[in-house]
Amino acid sequence: MTPMKKNIFLIGILATCASVVFSQQKSTTATKANGTNAADVNGKKVYTKYCLTCHQADGGGVQNMNPTLIGTSYVLGDKGAIIRIALNGFNDNVEINGQTYSNKMPSFAMLKDKDIADVLTYVRGHFGNHADAVAPGEVAKVRAAMNK
Amino acid sequence: MKQRILSVSAACLIAAIGLLSFQVNTKHAAEHQARNAGLKLPAGFHADMIADTTGGARHIAVADNGVIYVKLLKAKNGKGIIELHQKSDGAAEVVAGFGDYDGTGIYLKDGYLYASSNEDIFRYKLDKNNEVMNPGQPEKIVTGLINRREHNSKSIVLDNAGNIYVNIGAYSNSCQVDDRQPGSMGREGCPILDSAGGIWQFKADKQGQGYGDGVRYATGLRNVVGLDWNQQLNQLFVMQHGRDQLHDLFPELYTTKQNALLPAECLYALKKGDNGGWPYMYYDQIQHKKILAPEYGGNGKKEGGQNAIDPVAAFPGHMAPNGLLFYTGTMFPEKYRNGAFIAFHGSWNRAPEPQAGYCVVFQPFKNGKPSGQWEVFADGFSGSAEKTASGRADHRPCGLAQGPDGALYVTDDTKGAIYKITYKK
Repeated sequence: MTPMKKNIFLIGILATCASVVFSQQKSTTATKANGTNAADVNGKKVYTKYCLTCHQADGGGVQNMNPTLIGTSYVLGDKGAIIRIALNGFNDNVEINGQTYSNKMPSFAMLKDKDIADVLTYVRGHFGNHADAVAPGEVAKVRAAMNK
Repeated sequence: MKQRILSVSAACLIAAIGLLSFQVNTKHAAEHQARNAGLKLPAGFHADMIADTTGGARHIAVADNGVIYVKLLKAKNGKGIIELHQKSDGAAEVVAGFGDYDGTGIYLKDGYLYASSNEDIFRYKLDKNNEVMNPGQPEKIVTGLINRREHNSKSIVLDNAGNIYVNIGAYSNSCQVDDRQPGSMGREGCPILDSAGGIWQFKADKQGQGYGDGVRYATGLRNVVGLDWNQQLNQLFVMQHGRDQLHDLFPELYTTKQNALLPAECLYALKKGDNGGWPYMYYDQIQHKKILAPEYGGNGKKEGGQNAIDPVAAFPGHMAPNGLLFYTGTMFPEKYRNGAFIAFHGSWNRAPEPQAGYCVVFQPFKNGKPSGQWEVFADGFSGSAEKTASGRADHRPCGLAQGPDGALYVTDDTKGAIYKITYKK
């Protein structure tokens, strides 16, 4: 085995340990935001298609460019705020944990309420986030208020 | 339940300890890499990490007596430029900080230190020891350059005729009606090009210049971070960051695999009045053609950019060339003389495909033209192949500078490491 392979193997073992321990813990504290399985699957599908390039597979974003989705008030706070971001896009100068981000987020208003609800639920319930689910009705309400 | 977690953890720990003993056997290989600050280099080269936590170290300039100036992405405690002195033990020590502004550009020329914020260019007079004389009172050479966050860094370089060149990046990906909106088409006669998306030329010694005093030296360049004045040819060379998101924006025309490789990151040799073709076209390094951008009716095959110049070299997509340096030293072997080093910051836009870059590349030159295939010169900044693929790199190369002895300096803007690469026969 090459040194690199050995290291990977070691990391793999440790990662497996961590995930075993983690999954044990997870079963005792069910994440609130995972919603139904079908909604979670759809949320991941929408995330992969529309969000992943910029926010990355692990939700950590891109340094200086695209904000992280992990542990920020933009994601975990008031649901109205994150629904508005998804519908309107985002082009403000924000600082998150001391970092600023330059790229514009386009609007995703073309997506159905259900898809937006599922993807926001997915984001709020993965990557180490544990916020409650977003319902399609909540998206519809914000959309209607915005279109007034 | 708790007991089970503990037993699983204990088993893992034992396995890990067992494997650690294996690690001892690979100590030599690890030491070899550790000697080079974690970098993989060609035979005969050696790297030291002379500083490790300066913060977001962007561009770097090294004076003829070895004094180092680094521009920080974000000013820390009111200090956006740091000065370092190299000690006899090989480490570099921060001795001063000044310049209360964020930014990227820094350059030394004829007794002055030039530095840029994301809107302005300043210069500081140096004394005979290359120390800044009045760090609190720079001359503001250029002011009011456009900053709309996207591509706002203002990289700078000087020629030998008293001019300074500054990149003004386009505040857009591809001049769509709605920036980065899937399917949104391109704006006719892209108005961004009036004030951005090119290289502007100003006088290096005149204070208070604005757009009206400058010359749009070259246009149709989306965003340039790495640029250098080629002393042998007396000509400006730039590395363009190619456009993003061909698949996200036009999924029916481009697969994620095509998106990962296209378009090329291009090296351009510029003359006054040149046009790089952005946003109407991009360069496809696989077809070796200028291709009409999908926002302007392209389909991945139709050619475009009839008025645009060709790149002199083209590299795989999204690797983000943030530093360019023509090597003029004599420390490195002959083949490196007058060739180009390029610091690739590393990709993000290749997702969901694996990311790439996070390395310093060498492009050989002969008689003023690229000659032969480029090669990876320094690799391993990310920390591992997995960290490169995921984009979660430990270090990301950004700025390049040549020391008076011919050593090559590389900055990292993630943790702020500064590497010094030397060669011994």
